[in-house]
Amino acid sequence: MIREFAIVWANSGQLLNGLLNTAGLAVLGMILSVLLGSLLAVLLMARSRPVSLSAQAFVDLFRCVPFLLLAYLVYFGLPSLGLNFDNWTSGLVAIVFYNTAYMAEILRGVWRGLPRDGIEAATAFGFQGWRLFLRIILPQVFLIAAPMMGNQMIQIIKDTAFLSIIAVPELTHVASGIQSQYYVPFAAFLAAVLLYWMICSLVEAGVFAVERLARERR
Amino acid sequence: MPDTSMPPAVAPPVLEIRGLTKSFGTNIVLDGVSMQVGKGQTVCLLGPSGSGKSTLLRCVNWLEPPDQGRILLSGKLMGFRDGGVVPMNGMELARARSRIGMVFQHFNLWPHLTVLQNLIEAPIHVQGRQRDEVIGEAEVLLDRVGLADKKNAFPAHLSGGQKQRVGIARALAMRPELLLFDEPTSALDPELVGEVVAVMKILAEEGSTMLVVTHEMGFAREAADEVVLLDLGRVVEIARPTEFFTKPKTERARQFLQRYVHA
Repeated sequence: MIREFAIVWANSGQLLNGLLNTAGLAVLGMILSVLLGSLLAVLLMARSRPVSLSAQAFVDLFRCVPFLLLAYLVYFGLPSLGLNFDNWTSGLVAIVFYNTAYMAEILRGVWRGLPRDGIEAATAFGFQGWRLFLRIILPQVFLIAAPMMGNQMIQIIKDTAFLSIIAVPELTHVASGIQSQYYVPFAAFLAAVLLYWMICSLVEAGVFAVERLARERR
Repeated sequence: MPDTSMPPAVAPPVLEIRGLTKSFGTNIVLDGVSMQVGKGQTVCLLGPSGSGKSTLLRCVNWLEPPDQGRILLSGKLMGFRDGGVVPMNGMELARARSRIGMVFQHFNLWPHLTVLQNLIEAPIHVQGRQRDEVIGEAEVLLDRVGLADKKNAFPAHLSGGQKQRVGIARALAMRPELLLFDEPTSALDPELVGEVVAVMKILAEEGSTMLVVTHEMGFAREAADEVVLLDLGRVVEIARPTEFFTKPKTERARQFLQRYVHA
């Protein structure tokens, strides 16, 4: 047993690399899906029926596709359309599409429940359009949505593990490689589990900090 | 005084409302309302609930676009481009709205911003004024409404009376030509009404131009230059408060006073 962990320790550089890839994919994926999800939420809330319905169709589509299938589709399917991404980029694209849909749904839900009061005052004071959205609506939405967005971030971190099937060198892929090379499954996978747990704890600490900001304002 | 150099007959009133109508479905809320507010005047809009007071106020800054009629702000048409036919687009409307300050019944402060940030938000990001100058002015305003020590607090931590004083300061920070008050004390506990009314009285005395929808008859009597009684969407009576409260001209006004003042 000790020997097994010693082997994993000897390969800690690889694991660290996998961890960085996982964190990189998750952070970049989160940032992009929050940005795109915010835009998509605007479309979901659009007064024009055709616009909001198309946005809703997009959201429903991506929420119904299993993430694994989406990753396959981006990596193996898109080249048929002439779109060739490397493994890492394919993984990121799949994460962003998938989570943009979820993020938009979360943000729209909170936005709908936002009290009309503040928005009305902003309108009366001359806010409109993007300025109203970015300065008055979105900050309130983010403060309320923070715990749900944190959950989604954790979901993203875990979903990156699926990307090992398209050979993205993320944490699960690396752990799997170490175990098959040295046949140390318990130690290799346990090490990966601990590292996942560490980054998820970091995310939770972040969510806790935002929740405190939100509490001060409630 | 600069005011006296300009004869009042020449300067247009700050607010002029002509023949305003507004319906919600088949419900006629405003039925040809005409009135004005002169520079430095305080006009109180009185009337039973459902008389159209709040709708009239909200038509002034186009929160409710009226069906017919004209609103002129210092002689300039609201809601339409010059010529009066083409409606303003969103940006033009926003610019026009930023000339008017509004105080709401439920305060409507922005909960994600501190008290000071609530005051400077629109002057900086709508009016595009200098941040330092705006902050300086906002601090003076907070001091005047007695809340200098609360500038870094969030609205959620204030009492109703404090929130409404912030609401008033926020409206003043816009350097508005006209202040609209939509039942500013109706959502307050009775013991908190006084502190808000006191601030409003000072503004009226200092010559702010104010249109006030209120049920505070004391304020109307003491601070208004004119009261306008609205009923079923029509102007019933326009009078000086001394006359209105002691010898009203119409039967409807007598009934109203009976019910709301002597009750």
